[in-house]
Amino acid sequence: MSLIEDRPDSGFTLSKLFNDSRYRGYTFQVIAGIAIIALIAVLIMNATANLERLGKDISFGFLEQPAGYDIYPKLIPYTSQSTHLHAAFVGVMNTLLVAFLGCIAATFFGVVAGVLRLSNNWLLAKLMAVYVEVFRNVPVLLWILLIMQIVAISFANPLDFKGDEPAETLLWGMFAFTTLGIYTPAPVWNPGSGIVVGVFIASIIAMVFYAKYRRKVLFDTGRMLPGWPVMLALFFVPAILAHFVMGQPVGVDYPQMGFFKFEGGALIGGPLIALWLALSLYTGAFIAENVRAGILAISKGQTEAAAALGLRSNRIMSLVVLPQALRVIIPPVISQFLNLTKNSSLAAFIGYQEITGTLMGVTLNQTGRSFEAVLLGMLIYLTISLLISFGGNMYNSSVKLKER
Amino acid sequence: MADLSTNAGKVAPFVQTEIIPQSPPPVTETGIIKWVRENLFSSIPNGLMTLIALYVIFQLLSLVVPWLMNGVWGTEGEGPNSLDECRQRLEGATGGCFAVIRERWQQLLFGNYPKDELWRPTVTFFGLILAALPVMFVKLPAKLRLFTLVFPFVAFWLLWGGTIWVPILFFGAVILGYIAYSKLVGNSFFLGVLGFLAVVALTAFFLIGPISSVLNGIIPIELSGVESRQIGGFILNFILGITCVSLSIPLGIVLALGRQSDLPIIKGICVVFIEFIRGVPLITLLFVASVMLAYFLPPNANFDIMIRVIIMITLFAAAYIAEAIRGGLAALPKGQYEAADALGLDYWQAMRLIILPQALKISIPSIVNIAIGLFKDTTLVSIISMVDLLGMIQQRIFNTTEWFGVYWELLGFAAFLFFIICYGISQYSQWLERQLATDHR
Repeated sequence: MSLIEDRPDSGFTLSKLFNDSRYRGYTFQVIAGIAIIALIAVLIMNATANLERLGKDISFGFLEQPAGYDIYPKLIPYTSQSTHLHAAFVGVMNTLLVAFLGCIAATFFGVVAGVLRLSNNWLLAKLMAVYVEVFRNVPVLLWILLIMQIVAISFANPLDFKGDEPAETLLWGMFAFTTLGIYTPAPVWNPGSGIVVGVFIASIIAMVFYAKYRRKVLFDTGRMLPGWPVMLALFFVPAILAHFVMGQPVGVDYPQMGFFKFEGGALIGGPLIALWLALSLYTGAFIAENVRAGILAISKGQTEAAAALGLRSNRIMSLVVLPQALRVIIPPVISQFLNLTKNSSLAAFIGYQEITGTLMGVTLNQTGRSFEAVLLGMLIYLTISLLISFGGNMYNSSVKLKER
Repeated sequence: MADLSTNAGKVAPFVQTEIIPQSPPPVTETGIIKWVRENLFSSIPNGLMTLIALYVIFQLLSLVVPWLMNGVWGTEGEGPNSLDECRQRLEGATGGCFAVIRERWQQLLFGNYPKDELWRPTVTFFGLILAALPVMFVKLPAKLRLFTLVFPFVAFWLLWGGTIWVPILFFGAVILGYIAYSKLVGNSFFLGVLGFLAVVALTAFFLIGPISSVLNGIIPIELSGVESRQIGGFILNFILGITCVSLSIPLGIVLALGRQSDLPIIKGICVVFIEFIRGVPLITLLFVASVMLAYFLPPNANFDIMIRVIIMITLFAAAYIAEAIRGGLAALPKGQYEAADALGLDYWQAMRLIILPQALKISIPSIVNIAIGLFKDTTLVSIISMVDLLGMIQQRIFNTTEWFGVYWELLGFAAFLFFIICYGISQYSQWLERQLATDHR
């Protein structure tokens, strides 16, 4: 600590391990390291002793056995004859599905509510404040159960759609809202549709390149090329053209009322809808607060300076306020996305089968391998979380202020 | 000004000699009309939005108001005691069947706590308010904080019952630990804390059991014992929330300091712990508490499920609180650290006297947010068959034949309770932030 060497070094003594700041750090680290290793050793010894006493062992062999239960929804082929590992994988896909849909919807709700809370329309601002406070201060599990009830009660029994004069009819002949979920039209991929999809992907790549080109032209010459019209045209026209040129390979399968249940189309299950809505409304309330804080963090002088330069109000928003506000908004929003993903584990309460429902639910109960199943489940969640925060940080560093 | 003299001889055609009385501003520029014009109908899109908002509010109110107003509460004696009886009374009108809350309120609030002993959790609840007030409002006399210190022991005795000597002796152990701390703290703060923990742990493990049974033999003061699984309902949420938050703050401070430390091994341990806990959902940690933790504890050690859950939730909350405090530490200007060094303070003195008071003040809002989140998350324990408020509703009341189908009333009641508490805490935290603001802006 002191700059003055006022005493000659008297050599190493044992008390220096605790009193000399040069060595003290090492002493504490060694003590902490030994303590942690001892703790882990005790835990492992306890675990082996306990497992021996119960006649159990740790083995992941059960993952290879047939699962024997069905999962809904399944994004990849799966039958009840598939292995437990396969079931876990289907569960992971379902977690990712609801997390992905939830993040998009939560961002939408959050941005709308956050911006409208700052609107100069008093009623609208207050309405959004009520939304944010009500959703933030009630447990998400309660929202999931409540919205599950709304879905279960307000939608009709599938059998009401039956008969010559059904009590319920399909909305626009396409959508059937039933207690089981929503039946929607599904795309049918006939031969040749691969090319249509290929064209569609190519047109999205073209959109990215066009955006870059437009930016370059703007910076080089100051000329503004048209933005949204070209983008929309690029998005729709090539794929639709390809569809007709190839002889309409992509068909649509409408849901039809069969004998006992709907046939054709696709079913978006009630639990998925409830979970998705509840998670995104709940997380949206938090994101709304982040968005509001981000916009408020930009000083008014920025808007005024931009106006003094002669920018129009939408340009002020997109070129001056938003890029700066985003830097404040993105880090907390990433952690909200993480929370949403972790909260999707509450699906276990309403029977949407994601990883908590498959691996840590049915598989655990069937095989009794609680130790392995919970450990594996935690590792899967950890991986997903780390990936999301990694991706978020990448995005954040791409938009953050480039300081020289 | 010189013109005045030259113009003096001319006569103006008309000069107003007295002041015109002030006329009132136009109707559209005053009072409620101005307010409505500016705040609700300032432009056409704005007006449209107002109309849409009004329509939404009207729809919501027309759903909720009749349901609340027509609600059937009934009386203790003559029911209604089931959903069917409720419906008969309503005769087809819209209305909530709040009789379920009247009939089951004990279950909802206290779980399966013995019916004759309900005064105990009630007294504990009011004691909690009394204990919380001196902590929440610094201006109250400091002596009241003594009660806060004693309260955990009182609450434990009241809720779980048993002999009074166990909490008293435990309190004695804490006092002994404090004596050890004050003896050692002159040497080093770290040693003091270590001494405190060692003394408390040793006395708690080896002395309390035998001494309390001896003392109870001489002067038996006992309440009837209550098992953890009998405690449920809203008080379970309360117990878990408050215990875990108060335990996790010290642990969170230690983790945050560890993560900021220069010592690579300590830093590594803290980083791995924090990131692991933050990367997994609470529900998996509760699974660990219910099925896995038993493997890691010594054989024959029979830990109560409540203790196991409290351990896991505390670890969970500590990781988040550590991150909040780390934010506070990082937000502190570097000059504060350097000033502490310049004064010749050692690490613990600098932390205790200069860094942490400021860092904690900065992190109060986020710590309170974490506390609110944790309180809400205590509802998840119902997945490992602890019957908290939501578990009670889902597993005990939805399933009964009398109340099958009463969703809105029960879930609405639970939402109402949670909203009151959480909104209250968040308002308090904003108030506290304003109180502690010292930057005079």
